[in-house]
Amino acid sequence: MDGINSLRNGPDEFGNFGQFGGRFVAETLMPLILDLEAHYRAAKIDPEFKAELSDLSINYAGRPSPLYFAKRVTEHLGGAKVWFKREELNHTGSHKINNCLGQILLAKRMGKTRVIAETGAGQHGVATATVCAKFDLPCVIFMGATDVERQMPNVLRMRMLGAEVRPVTAGAGTLKDAMNEALRDWVTNVDTTYYLIGTAAGPHPYPEMVRDFQSVIGTEIKDQFQKAEGKLPDAVVACVGGGSNAIGSFHAFLDDSSVALFGAEAGGHGIDVENGHAASMTGGRPGVLHGNRTYLLQDKDGQILEGHSISAGLDYPGVGPEHSFLHDTKRVTYAPITDDEALEAFQLCTKLEGIIPALESAHGLALLMKVAKTMGKDQSIVLCLSGRGDKDVESVGKYLGLLK
Amino acid sequence: MSTRIATRFAAVKAENRPALVTYVMAGDPDLATSQAILAALPQAGSDMIELGIPFSDPMADGVAIQLGGQRALAAGQTLRGVLAMVEDFRRKDEITPIVLMGYYNPIYSMGVDKFLAAAVAAGVDGLIVVDLPPEEDDELCLPALAAGINFIRLTTPTTDDKRLPTVLKNTSGFVYYVSMTGVTGAAIKSRGAVSDAVERIKGHTDLPVAVGFGIKTAADAADIGRHADGIVVGTVLVEAVANSLVDGKATDKTVGAVRDLVADLFAGVKRARG
Ligand SMILES: Cc1ncc(COP(=O)(O)O)c(C=O)c1O
Repeated sequence: MDGINSLRNGPDEFGNFGQFGGRFVAETLMPLILDLEAHYRAAKIDPEFKAELSDLSINYAGRPSPLYFAKRVTEHLGGAKVWFKREELNHTGSHKINNCLGQILLAKRMGKTRVIAETGAGQHGVATATVCAKFDLPCVIFMGATDVERQMPNVLRMRMLGAEVRPVTAGAGTLKDAMNEALRDWVTNVDTTYYLIGTAAGPHPYPEMVRDFQSVIGTEIKDQFQKAEGKLPDAVVACVGGGSNAIGSFHAFLDDSSVALFGAEAGGHGIDVENGHAASMTGGRPGVLHGNRTYLLQDKDGQILEGHSISAGLDYPGVGPEHSFLHDTKRVTYAPITDDEALEAFQLCTKLEGIIPALESAHGLALLMKVAKTMGKDQSIVLCLSGRGDKDVESVGKYLGLLK
Repeated sequence: MSTRIATRFAAVKAENRPALVTYVMAGDPDLATSQAILAALPQAGSDMIELGIPFSDPMADGVAIQLGGQRALAAGQTLRGVLAMVEDFRRKDEITPIVLMGYYNPIYSMGVDKFLAAAVAAGVDGLIVVDLPPEEDDELCLPALAAGINFIRLTTPTTDDKRLPTVLKNTSGFVYYVSMTGVTGAAIKSRGAVSDAVERIKGHTDLPVAVGFGIKTAADAADIGRHADGIVVGTVLVEAVANSLVDGKATDKTVGAVRDLVADLFAGVKRARG
């Protein structure tokens, strides 16, 4: 069991991971957040809830996802053995479905009749629209106008699934702006509406709850690796937007000190370029936004910067509070990956393994490529391949000059 | 020693009318015009001023105040600049209470102690920080009270009787009742529900209760002000600024547009109970 010095005990009853987290929301939302927490606590220990979620995870989402030995990438890098946790094979094409299944069951239990969500890459929007179709709830997805453009295939999927996609033109039209607009909708329709947050960020209890729903990733990795190699992996790598696939991958390993953990932040045009990246931990400082205290990209007056990443899913100036805590305690090493490095990893994965990764996951792979080379051939490193790249084919084609 | 806020509420009570609380965004549409607007507010009938601190991500605000904040930021407004505006205002006006309203991050970024010291020195009377519920009182509310600055809390239609004591516990100055679940500038859904809520809150506290969000006209002010101790008007004033601009720049009509509207609203509060 987790001891008192365990890193897996957070958050405390106020939603804090060390100095990070909390519940920084308008009073209108506060009673609802407390109610959500109470419902979540009850659901967490309810065998019926667990059974229903487990059934959906297996028969609807296709869990467990495979742990795949990436032979050609391993040979190419010439270091540690490389493994992919194939979250991109889940129904809807990413890890996002894990969280959506858990939260939609909760929304039902709370008697909510309408669902809203924010989305960047559109993967969370698609996963939300999917569970809303299945559970017959109307849903509205807020998506930055810039992202609507660069992730068009997902916009079409959401609409076909019956969701209303509302493009948000404020700011740079990316994930942060979509989240602001979702919060405004929520404040307005608080009685009927469930806000299905897509990452391990926001006011307590979201960071904890989303982490719990995503922790199946790391738990499965541990199990599958044990079966394959009879031990623990030496390192686990994931990309970090808000941080849900990363915390889901890391959580089971936090107390296993022999397992090194790495998070890839969006380095955009480079960490030295002002407002040219979305690496909140490497390039930001603690602040308060969207319900939690966490590392944020901000100017000297505390105004939030838009940031930049080629990847819509990582283009967010904040990060989940548990990552801020793991960054400060140095349990996880976070490093920025530039747009160019991600594009290179994207192509490498496609050509060597026949797997087209999401641009988000390609950031994780680019970091893995750096780390694996420094490791021995008898060691193993696991990447959370968080999503598939179908949505990115057109954008990447443009970047590579394959389209006019 | 009585605070400026308490003194003003006592004065309007003696006149048997609600207080007119006006919200403007500090630095909108530019620093100099905004300073002139601020100075014009008390002359036009504003009893108390809420001065908005612009923030990049105003999650509880509707489009009008979002745009006002963007204009202020584009004009170079900062939290220090907002405090400097108050300081300047205080040189000529020692009595009109000023409440700063905004979001926590700019304050957190400056540092709570540094901010409070500067706010006291500038002559700030109260704070409304939208994203600091009672659950986060240690952050700013308690230090502000210790520094002698009122911390004014929002109560909303979702704040039920069970929660109300929690919300009122460290509230001081007055209680701000948000007339509906929604962002600034939306429409009030039920006026009857608003007066019921004001009565309900008064059953829990002796503090004055002001109502805001959705009050747009003198008629609204008269109507809502019949039961409330104060009414807060913001969005329409920020819209008046916006409508007076040409190519995004202030004109000779800008200050007057706000002044005229405030005078009109003041006529509304004067007849609220008459
Ligand atoms: C495939 C994929 N990976 C990662 C992310 C980043 O989110 P998170 O950091 O919450 O896993 C996204 C977000 O859109 C995504 O679509």
